[in-house]
Amino acid sequence: MTGTTTADLTNISADETLDAYGLLCPMPIVMTAKIVKAMAVGQVLEVVATDEGIKEDMPAWCESTGNEYLGVREKDGEYRVFLKKSAAQ
Amino acid sequence: MTAKSEEVTKTANGGLGDNGHTVAGAEPAAVATKETKNKVTIVVFSGEIDKVLAAFNIAVGAASMGKEVTLFFTFWGLNVLRKNNAKNTAKGWMKRMFGWMNKGGTEKLPLSKFHMAGAGTSMMKTLMRRHKMPSPEEMLILAKELGVKIVACTITMGIMGIEKSALRDEIDIHAGVITYLAEAEESSVNLFI
Repeated sequence: MTGTTTADLTNISADETLDAYGLLCPMPIVMTAKIVKAMAVGQVLEVVATDEGIKEDMPAWCESTGNEYLGVREKDGEYRVFLKKSAAQ
Repeated sequence: MTAKSEEVTKTANGGLGDNGHTVAGAEPAAVATKETKNKVTIVVFSGEIDKVLAAFNIAVGAASMGKEVTLFFTFWGLNVLRKNNAKNTAKGWMKRMFGWMNKGGTEKLPLSKFHMAGAGTSMMKTLMRRHKMPSPEEMLILAKELGVKIVACTITMGIMGIEKSALRDEIDIHAGVITYLAEAEESSVNLFI
């Protein structure tokens, strides 16, 4: 799955940040689901993770739950994934 | 819309199930099927830590996707739901002896490979902790918190002489195979682990 290019995400400002650093699948997604539930529609969440699976899992989760996947920024084994809450949960 | 299309489905196949694709009910039936088949059902037959964790991973992942999840613990899987350090209350010498050999509780689950009298399992648990992987105990609590339905198989309880009092409070229902099948009919993901 191809996300948005890195250029699109450099100036993005997230309303919430989730630290899932060092956590293995599916914990980053489990925590994402929890935090997104409490967010307002239209808000942006940034998830910081080290498990590479998140690159595929997050777009899949967004599609399944009706949220908008914005893309991923990757640097030195650290993944910053962005998504926008689009559906009321 | 839901109620209406379900009604049409029932009429179309005489209420026998959802595989009656008659011409009249074809389209509403397809809609109704899609709406009802969103659950995830997992039979946890194994009692080994690796397999149990795989089941819990799928369960909490699915729950995080907003799906209704049911975990049906049977046979060795029932060991997950036995209280840690519970007394052996089984009646009859065979059941009691079995209770001594087949230790239950989330802390007592062995690895399916390289258990090596506990050494291998102990090393694997250390590695899992180092990688911040939740333990079966933490997974059970998390699954419960996410609304995963925990079912304990009554047949296994009977055979092994495991009483309700020896099982954990996290259990939603003590039930049999029909309960599982009823859930499975409404599931799009149905696994046996």
